Amino acid sequence: MNYLAIDASTEACSVALQYQGEHFCRYALSPQSHSKLLLPQVDEVLKEAGVNLKQLDGLIFGRGPGSFTGVRIGIGVAQGLAYSSGLPVVGVSTLQTMAQQAFEQTKASIAVAAIDARMSEIYCGAFQADDNSIMQPLVPEQVFSPELLAGKLNELAINHNQVAGVGSAWQSYSEALKDCQLNRIDEQIRFPQAQYMLAIGAKAFTDGEGVSAALAQPVYVRDTVTWKKLPGKE
Amino acid sequence: MRILGIETSCDETGIAIFDEEKGILAHRLYSQIDVHADYGGVVPELASRDHVRKTLPLIEEALKDANMTPDDLDGVAYTAGPGLVGALLVGCSIGRSLAYGWGIPAVPVHHMEGHLLAPMLEDDVPEFPFIALLVSGGHTLLVRVDGIGQYQMLGESIDDAAGEAFDKTAKLLGLDYPGGPVLAKMAEQGTKGRFRFPRPMTDRPGLDFSFSGLKTFAANTIYKEDDSEQTKADIAYAFQEAVIDTLTIKCKRALQQCGLNRLVIAGGVSANKELRVKLSQVMKKLNGNVYYPRPEYCTDNGAMIAFAGMQRLKAGVDAELTFQATPRWPLDTLPPV
Repeated sequence: MNYLAIDASTEACSVALQYQGEHFCRYALSPQSHSKLLLPQVDEVLKEAGVNLKQLDGLIFGRGPGSFTGVRIGIGVAQGLAYSSGLPVVGVSTLQTMAQQAFEQTKASIAVAAIDARMSEIYCGAFQADDNSIMQPLVPEQVFSPELLAGKLNELAINHNQVAGVGSAWQSYSEALKDCQLNRIDEQIRFPQAQYMLAIGAKAFTDGEGVSAALAQPVYVRDTVTWKKLPGKE
Repeated sequence: MRILGIETSCDETGIAIFDEEKGILAHRLYSQIDVHADYGGVVPELASRDHVRKTLPLIEEALKDANMTPDDLDGVAYTAGPGLVGALLVGCSIGRSLAYGWGIPAVPVHHMEGHLLAPMLEDDVPEFPFIALLVSGGHTLLVRVDGIGQYQMLGESIDDAAGEAFDKTAKLLGLDYPGGPVLAKMAEQGTKGRFRFPRPMTDRPGLDFSFSGLKTFAANTIYKEDDSEQTKADIAYAFQEAVIDTLTIKCKRALQQCGLNRLVIAGGVSANKELRVKLSQVMKKLNGNVYYPRPEYCTDNGAMIAFAGMQRLKAGVDAELTFQATPRWPLDTLPPV
C-alpha cells in the first residue's frame, strides 16, 4: 500500500512517502517556518517518486501533542491534501512516532517519549512493542511536571534497564528527570520524523481506522486553557 | 471563473463560492460568539481550535449548496492577514493545500481589502474613485480608493477601533460579549440630550481617530449615575451618538479633502443602523452616494474573501507552495491590479 505521512507538530517538520515499497523522506529542524517548508517537502517527495496524491491509498498525519500552532499547520495541510485527493486519513501520536523510531533503529522494546510542553511541563507517553512490531501505548498520554515522571514510571512497574528514553525533554529537562534513572537515552531521537509514522499508520489503515479528511483533528493532550472566564461564568 | 473563499482571521469561519458572472453561489458562516462569550473577548487559542474543526465541513456544505464539484473551481482564496496568526494559519494551510491538490491557483487575500470591496457584491456598485470608511472590532480606517489595490491611507484610529470601543463600553454597561450590537439596540430607548460625550479629535485638522477616551468617559459617567435601565440606555445613546458623529465628521472631511462624493462603508460597525442613516443624510446634502454591503457581508465572511480573491486571480496571482499568515499588514502595501 502507498501512503504519505506528514508532521509539523514540533520544532521539526517532516514528510515521508511510501510508494511501491520504497521510502522518500524529508526532514528539517526549523522552528517557526513549517508553513514555508511543509508543502514544498510534500511536492518534492511526490515528484521524486513520480506519483500524484490520487494514486495513494491514504494520508497519515501527526496528530500531536506538540506546539498547538504547529500541530494545526500539519493538520490543515493534511485536511487540504486528503480532501482534494479523496484520501482517507489516520492520525498518529508524535510521542508514539519517536518510540517507534527507537524500536526500528535500536530494537528498544519499551520507550518513554517526552517533549517540552512549555509552562515547565512535558508531554509524555510510555510505549511497548507488540507482536506486529508496533510500539503501543501502555498508558494514555499526559502532560505534567517533569519531576513527576519518576514516580509514574515506578507505578508502571517496568524494568528500567529495558527502557529507552526518547524526545527532546530528556535533554532540556535532564536535571528534573534524573530520578527516572533510565540506562538509555536515545539522544539522536529528539523530535518525531514522519517516516516512523508509516508503520503505525499503515497498521491503523489495515485495521479499518481510516476516516474522511474533516475528521483529521489534533490531540492537544493539554486541553485546559489558561484564560480566565468572567466572574460567574466559570 | 469560480473561486472558493476561506475566512478564518478572527472568531468567524466564513466560506463562500463566487462566480464571476452569477455572483455568490454559496455562503456559509459559523460564528464562535458562544465559545468566547464566557471569557468576555476572543481567546485566540480557542478560536484556532474551532476553525480547524469547522473549516472543511463548511467547504463541503458550500460545494453542496452550489451544486458543484471541486472540478468547477478555478482558484482558492484565503485570508492571509491581518488578524490572529494562529487563526489565519488554519485557513491558509487548508486553502493552500486544497489548491495544490486540485491543481488550481492559490490566492492569499488581505482581510481589509475583502471588507473594502464587499459593497461590490451588491447591485449598486460604487465607481472608482471613492472614499472608504472601514469600521470593525479591529480596525477604523479612512482610505481613498482609486482602483483595486490602489489605496491611499487617509486616517486611522491611534488607539481602540470603533467596534472595540462599542464592545468595551457595552461591557461597562454589563452587557455580554460582544455587546456592541446590543448597545446599539439599547440606545434606541435612550433619551437624546441627557448626556453629551466628547467627539474626540474633531477639534483639530486631520483624519485620524481616537476612541479609547470615549470608553473612559463612559466609565466615569456610569460610575456617577444610577444603574437604572433608562440611565444605561441614555448613556448608550450618548456614546453611540458621539462615535457616529465623529465618524461622520471625518468622512465629510475626507470627501472634501479629496473632492469626491462617493462613500463606501464596510466592516462590522457598518451594519449599525444609525450610522447608515446619518451617513445617508450627509451624502444627500453633499449630492453624493453612500454604498454599503448587506449586513451579512459587513461582519467577517467568506463572500468578501472570494470576491477580492477573484480580482487578484484574474490579475494572475498564484501563490508559491509556501503559505504565510501576516498578522500586521498595511493595506497600502498591496499591489495595484
